[in-house]
Amino acid sequence: MSDVADRVKKIVVEHLGVEEDKVTENASFIDDLGADSLDTVELVMAFEEEFGIEIPDDAAETIQTFGDAVKFISDAS
Amino acid sequence: MFDLTGKNALVTGASGGIGAAIARSLHAAGATVGLSGTRVEPLEALAAELGERAHVLPCNLSDAEAVDALPKQAAEAMGSVDILVNNAGITRDNLFMRMSDEEWQSVLDVNLTATFKLCKGVLRGMMKARWGRIVNISSVVGATGNPGQGNYAAAKAGMVGMSKSLAYEVASRGITVNAVAPGFIETAMTDKLTDDQKSAILTQIPSGRMGTPEEIAAAVLYLSAPEAAYVTGTTLHVNGGMAML
Repeated sequence: MSDVADRVKKIVVEHLGVEEDKVTENASFIDDLGADSLDTVELVMAFEEEFGIEIPDDAAETIQTFGDAVKFISDAS
Repeated sequence: MFDLTGKNALVTGASGGIGAAIARSLHAAGATVGLSGTRVEPLEALAAELGERAHVLPCNLSDAEAVDALPKQAAEAMGSVDILVNNAGITRDNLFMRMSDEEWQSVLDVNLTATFKLCKGVLRGMMKARWGRIVNISSVVGATGNPGQGNYAAAKAGMVGMSKSLAYEVASRGITVNAVAPGFIETAMTDKLTDDQKSAILTQIPSGRMGTPEEIAAAVLYLSAPEAAYVTGTTLHVNGGMAML
């Protein structure tokens, strides 16, 4: 697993308080990991800080799963 | 009674009577205060009076870029913004049929849109801290209406609906959002009234007098305190019984 994926996973695990093995490629933050809509905003904020990137609101809406997040951040950074 | 030691509070309209009283009261409870307003001189005088833990942050709330920059400036000056008091307000009174688009828009811009932007600007820090207090200063006329103040009443009622909506969204993060609705308070805004207007108003107030800025500040202090953690989305009316809501 790439370094980006590790760092993203760590944020997701810490923020949502879920088991690491639940955070799989296709795991949806809201449907599978129990996030509410505000959690997803906070996750995006945390990603922005961790990776020093800007995630615009329209892009943030497309980040639904762990895999989406890793892909977006890998492409952006 | 309420201890705000270690908390940083941004107060808009701190050059006015109510804003200055709010800043004094939060400062006396131990908070560091960011004093914002358009007129630098009274802000500096207030900062000098308060001594330590006071920062002057001039901002013209009708300038959208300046509004966007203010939360960041406040966080840089104080370290964070834990308490936001949206107190700044302007009036451009006119009869509804004579009210210009400009009179309408300028009042909405400063009283409502700037409040929205400042709330948005401080939320990130409050969400991370899992603690925050937002107090929006509305007005009794937002609930009752007032002839000649269609714009002002709309903006002040808008603040209440906005506060409630935001309160829903961020309650689970330890952030409360409330409004305080002053009635007639002794300030420069009400000094402009004629004696006849004043005595007519007083007949409508069961307490038989105008309120003081300190009586508004006390309500803001309570809603800013850790003790008010379970109070959110409410409007605290401070109006001498003029409108019992």
